[in-house]
Amino acid sequence: MAKPAELNPDSPALEVRTPPKDAGPGKLAGPATWVDDRIGLAKLAGNIRKVFPDHWSFLLGEIALYSFVILLLTGVFLTIWFKPSMAEVEYAGTYELMHGIPMSEAFASTLSISFDIRGGLLVRQIHHWAAMLFVAAMTAHMLRVFFTGAFRKPRELNWIIGIGLFSMGLVEGFAGYSLPDDLLSGTGLRFVDGLVRSIPLIGTWAEFFIFGGEFPGELVIPRLYMVHILLIPGLLLGLISAHMALLVYHKHTHWPGPGRTNRNIQGYPFFPIYVAKAGGFFFIVFGVTILMGALMQINPVWLYGPYNPSQVTAGSQPDWYMGFVEGAIRIIPNWEWHILGTTWSWNIFLPGVGLMGLLFTGLALYPFIEAWITGDTSEHHLLDRPRNAPVRTAIGVAGMTAYAMFWLSGGNDIIATQFHVSLNAVTYFMRVAVFVAPVIAFIVTKRICISLQRQDAERVLHGSESGVIVRSPDGGFSEAHVPITPGEAYSLTRHPQPKALVPNGKKVGRLRRRLSAWYADGQLPKPTAAEIAGAAHHGAIEADHGTPAVDAGHDAPALEGSDAGDAR
Amino acid sequence: MRFLTRGGRSPKPRASLRRHRAARPLLLGLSLLFVGTLYAALTPAAPSSAEGATDQQLVAQGKNLFAVNCASCHGLNAEGLAQQGAPSLTNVGAAAVDFQVRTGRMPMANPLAQAPRKENVFTDDEIAALAAYVASLGDGPGIPTEDQYNPAGLSPEDVARGGELFRTNCSACHNFKGAGGALPNGLVAPSLQESTPKEVYEALRTGPGQMPVFAAGAVPDDDVKSIIGYLEQVNATPSAGLTLGGLGPVSEGFWAWVVGIGGLVLFAVWIASRGARA
Repeated sequence: MAKPAELNPDSPALEVRTPPKDAGPGKLAGPATWVDDRIGLAKLAGNIRKVFPDHWSFLLGEIALYSFVILLLTGVFLTIWFKPSMAEVEYAGTYELMHGIPMSEAFASTLSISFDIRGGLLVRQIHHWAAMLFVAAMTAHMLRVFFTGAFRKPRELNWIIGIGLFSMGLVEGFAGYSLPDDLLSGTGLRFVDGLVRSIPLIGTWAEFFIFGGEFPGELVIPRLYMVHILLIPGLLLGLISAHMALLVYHKHTHWPGPGRTNRNIQGYPFFPIYVAKAGGFFFIVFGVTILMGALMQINPVWLYGPYNPSQVTAGSQPDWYMGFVEGAIRIIPNWEWHILGTTWSWNIFLPGVGLMGLLFTGLALYPFIEAWITGDTSEHHLLDRPRNAPVRTAIGVAGMTAYAMFWLSGGNDIIATQFHVSLNAVTYFMRVAVFVAPVIAFIVTKRICISLQRQDAERVLHGSESGVIVRSPDGGFSEAHVPITPGEAYSLTRHPQPKALVPNGKKVGRLRRRLSAWYADGQLPKPTAAEIAGAAHHGAIEADHGTPAVDAGHDAPALEGSDAGDAR
Repeated sequence: MRFLTRGGRSPKPRASLRRHRAARPLLLGLSLLFVGTLYAALTPAAPSSAEGATDQQLVAQGKNLFAVNCASCHGLNAEGLAQQGAPSLTNVGAAAVDFQVRTGRMPMANPLAQAPRKENVFTDDEIAALAAYVASLGDGPGIPTEDQYNPAGLSPEDVARGGELFRTNCSACHNFKGAGGALPNGLVAPSLQESTPKEVYEALRTGPGQMPVFAAGAVPDDDVKSIIGYLEQVNATPSAGLTLGGLGPVSEGFWAWVVGIGGLVLFAVWIASRGARA
């Protein structure tokens, strides 16, 4: 038998330790501690003071997020009664004008949600308006990110995730739009069926795969239902989480200003300021959507009737976000090949599948294309004012213009009837406008950006207009200018300007050199430190002559030819 | 008034032969009655002759109206003038005239691609006269009677069936609730929301403008009544909020951007303009 070991009286293991009474954070914090012990809440709480900058355009993405939440809530309500079935029934519900009409169970249950379920029509309309807002807010948010250059390094991946969200949003919206199986959405489904079939070689096979045979078959509504309530919402949720995790990881971008650098972030902490602001905004978005659902009719499927492949009503259009595809197909000339008994429908494939592919590929690649053109490999956490990247802004507006032209073409019949013009005239005009209007938009936008740069330089060098008209002893009139604050002057001059790549040591290809010269061309070099000092000196001389802090004339040194790099 | 006396100065007649004072008027009355009866007995069938006279008057009146209002394009004998783009009216029938004139489409104010609906300035009698004149030139559908187009008394199933017929036959041009739509080359399918049941019936049977003729063999009167009943009821149905022009997804998308994004951006500007206040 072993002898017990000698005890060491100094061992700390023998101390009787009781938890200190005063160390706990109080009775109320009990649950918080409990949670913290298990999931590490304290670590997460480090992010609770995360700082976000304040600007209205940073709230556009929030509209999309909140619309998504509204869509989830109202969508759950609708799934309780919706029957995703194409089995034919004879309608015997409340809506008299459909009595005895054969229709799918999907359409009959949509009518029943609209007329027989308490609040069903309101929730349907809220759901549909929220869907329109979801895609619209994503679009607006994407445009904000584009025009401020927030997609630049290190946020390219988050931009691509955003494009993924945008494209998923379109598919999700389209699938939901198709579910009621009404005449309009069925026509839209037939349209997509055409797009699928126009894909060379595999088109017919793909159609049979999707519809389980010939259009419309009996499978597509249940399948779209799965896509709409399970597959894409799941993907959206995952992508949204990744999008926001990256947002937290990168920290938000902010506008240039005094004290704002590439390494810091100015704004308010998430808790308590943004909890209040963002939480409040959620309720505003919810309230506006409910008001729209309550006051504005949307998608009155009972007027459209059940889908019947032999019927197509005048004014058949998709929801707005698919309108550009509809428009492209409406205006394209009838290009088709007939080879050895096969048909190659370029008139459907190019504007339909091709245009969507072009849009999403172009959007996804843009950050990399711009970085390649400018040779810019640095990180950017300060936003560009759109005027300070004139070519990017012009590219964006040209893209928007092209999109808008396709979009308008999608409503060419509505334009024709509402404005009393010929449908053919609208169509021919649009065929030209989709190519010409973006070019005009590009030139005009670039000129406006450069004019705004000129105005900025004017403010930096001459100050802001005071509104005070001074009469000189010899009778001339001039407006007194007040110098701007150093802070504003800093904001107006801190931005880097794109420069043409010059091959110093490294080889730069001809195309890349040309593109970068084109990208940097035409912009106004920002005022140099010497010019600002000179202008201030000029103002000071005038101050000695009795016009305090005023630069009355416009005879400052010419801006052209100065070196852009000095004031950085 | 001496035609019953002999000579200028007659000898004093005997009292028995002397005519009573009332004899002359009586004789006159009798002879008139005799002649009248004889005329009535010898002339041909009275009713047809009497109505024929008014019909011819109507046609004549219509011809005059036609010469003043229509002939400059359709020709003096309604034969149509190709250089005016005006068709011959010899076989269009009374229903076509009633439809075109009553809806103000004819006479046209301007040589447009299509005659638009406008205020009718003719009285019912004038329209009837014009219709009678054009109907007298050849065949064609007549003006319908109320029992042909009045949708009163239809069952809900009949009306719902009318909706299905409308969507199948009419909605491709006139839109799902008859709001109208665009056709090629500046033509439009007009809105049916102002149209009366009679006008809808006449349009079906006569096919004005680009519209095809839906003859009774294809769409019998009962089906026309159902279609008219559906149109009337669907347009009387209350909407679920503002209809936003009732143009479908185009106007919905427009308002989603203007009211939805526009309104929320205003709120966003307001939220961002408020700093943090302790």
